[in-house]
Amino acid sequence: MFANYLPTGAEYFRLLPEMILTAAGTLIMVLEPLTGYRRKRFLGHLALAGLLAALWAAVVAYSSPGPAFNRLIVVDGFATFFRVLVIVVGILTVLSCWDFLARHKAESGEFYSLILFSVVGQCVMVSANELITLFIGLEVSSIATYVLAGYLRDDKRANEAALKYFLLGSFATAFLLYGVAWIYGVTGTTNLVDIRQILESRDVIHPILAVSTAAALMFVGFAFKVSAAPFQIWAPDVYQGAPTPVAAFMSAGPKAAGFAILLRVYLTAFGPIDQSWVPFVWTCALATMVIGNFAALAQNNVKRLLAYSSIAHAGYIMVAVATGTAPGAAAAMFYLAAYAFMNVGAFVVVSHISGRGERKVNIDDLAGLSSRQPLTAALFSVFLLSLIGVPLTGGFFGKFYIFKAAIDSQLYWLTILGLLTSAVAAYYYLRLIVVMYMRPAVDGEEELPPLGGGLKTALWASALGTLALGIFPSAVLNFAGASGAMLVR
Amino acid sequence: MDVILFLLFAAIAVACGVNLVVQKHPIASALSLVGVMGSLAVLYLLLGAEFIAAAQVIVYAGAIMVLFLFVIMLLNAGGEPKTPGKSRMAGLLGIPLMAVLLGLLSYLVQRALPKPAGVTFGAFTGGKPYDVGKAIFTEYMLPFEITSVLILIAILGAIVLARKEID
Repeated sequence: MFANYLPTGAEYFRLLPEMILTAAGTLIMVLEPLTGYRRKRFLGHLALAGLLAALWAAVVAYSSPGPAFNRLIVVDGFATFFRVLVIVVGILTVLSCWDFLARHKAESGEFYSLILFSVVGQCVMVSANELITLFIGLEVSSIATYVLAGYLRDDKRANEAALKYFLLGSFATAFLLYGVAWIYGVTGTTNLVDIRQILESRDVIHPILAVSTAAALMFVGFAFKVSAAPFQIWAPDVYQGAPTPVAAFMSAGPKAAGFAILLRVYLTAFGPIDQSWVPFVWTCALATMVIGNFAALAQNNVKRLLAYSSIAHAGYIMVAVATGTAPGAAAAMFYLAAYAFMNVGAFVVVSHISGRGERKVNIDDLAGLSSRQPLTAALFSVFLLSLIGVPLTGGFFGKFYIFKAAIDSQLYWLTILGLLTSAVAAYYYLRLIVVMYMRPAVDGEEELPPLGGGLKTALWASALGTLALGIFPSAVLNFAGASGAMLVR
Repeated sequence: MDVILFLLFAAIAVACGVNLVVQKHPIASALSLVGVMGSLAVLYLLLGAEFIAAAQVIVYAGAIMVLFLFVIMLLNAGGEPKTPGKSRMAGLLGIPLMAVLLGLLSYLVQRALPKPAGVTFGAFTGGKPYDVGKAIFTEYMLPFEITSVLILIAILGAIVLARKEID
């Protein structure tokens, strides 16, 4: 009698990336006690192989799109786009963490397993078609990230970061869950497509006030995960305290997945009542852009500066969400892809220069980087220029499409203020470039170690990604456009 | 009868919840948590969710609370040291804002949720172990399986955060 619940082969096929990642993570845990202290790099290679296999699986899973497991997840263009994105972020993180972990004598299999499991959670999130699955995916991703933030156990700031992130994150999750309970209470379903149909049907008089409350409560949870104002307070402390490769991971992977579920829930499920949620997304976008950019001006610590900059970028993406349209969703997707490359790249550079104990993370420590390590300085400049939004980089087209979508939706004020704040942002990014190129190195500074193989690969891959999105944006944008349109079907 | 029981245990749950926060000693807080868990179990039972109520008593009020108490005793946690002056901002802003949030939410519950289709005591069916098991292993099999990844992460987290110092 339960035979119709048995998943078919095609459904397993659609879940293949998650299965590969979970298997790889578990395998690493099993092999961890069997590898000696000096051989831990092998586990890193294994994690990399798992991620690459999952990347392949995510791409081929799109050859048979559709729902799976009783419509709990759905593999469509949107899910595939974000799956590929979060897996690529995982790959870049694993590549860039080797030197860092070796320097802190903290190489272990647990680190790689946690990264893989966190990516599993993000993959589930972005393909979730239902609120319970979405919530479980979010928790898997978040809890792994909380642990990763406190990975360097002896570092006081890392402990502080992990605890702050954990407490505030649990609090925000409670709001999200409360919102889910409301929406289930009103509509009697947790499936996003069913919620949309119930809200659209005219013969059911749905209490709009209750649905709006649910949307608002869920927004608290989502806004926390993507560090949007007024729920951004945790971000600078956590990014500063967490190990730099983890900060790179947190600022790109979970954030992209957070925006993915925000877009899917609001455009698919709450699409019919957009007049009631657009105002608070609008306010949040404005506040996030202003707070992020102006607070970043006053920072001297590069990690904190990048944390505030990541808040500001969340603001730009919120502008795209506030349009509530398919082009807006496509612009947000494109921006998240560009942002992932440039931001991970910038954090990778910081992790390279930070030194043992991460002491050298102030802006002054960048002095003379252009003469000490010209290649690192040049690539860092590419990432910073892209974060500003200079043409020929991914950041330019990201901003361009977002503000174009905003103008098409008549969000003129938001566009004007977004452009003004991104002009402010140019100052603090350029300041880093000026210090790198114009100020001589301090005498007696110990030599930076040469770029390791993993770091070099991660840097070049991020730089190529940033430039490719800036020079040939159309392929990615067309894909994003087609899959964004599916959300509001 | 149902309404009286509901009001009684809802009041106990809220009172224990408030007590949990204001108590200075961790043991007292943990014991208030038992009160919250127990009265929640009664509320589940009133709704007809028998299995959840039993699980609530056995797992939460029983096993997890014992674990909490063990941890508190092992760590030898005493009374919380007073931190004067630090939380003035929290007191001035937090409590009124919390009151506003709770007031707003209760107003919205009153106002927005449909009354006739609302909850009636005991009318809920599907709370037996059979129904819960069926839902978990058929319709919601995927989230159930992914929860195992979550538990794996919890184990890993315990290993990472509680290991000996590096070097």
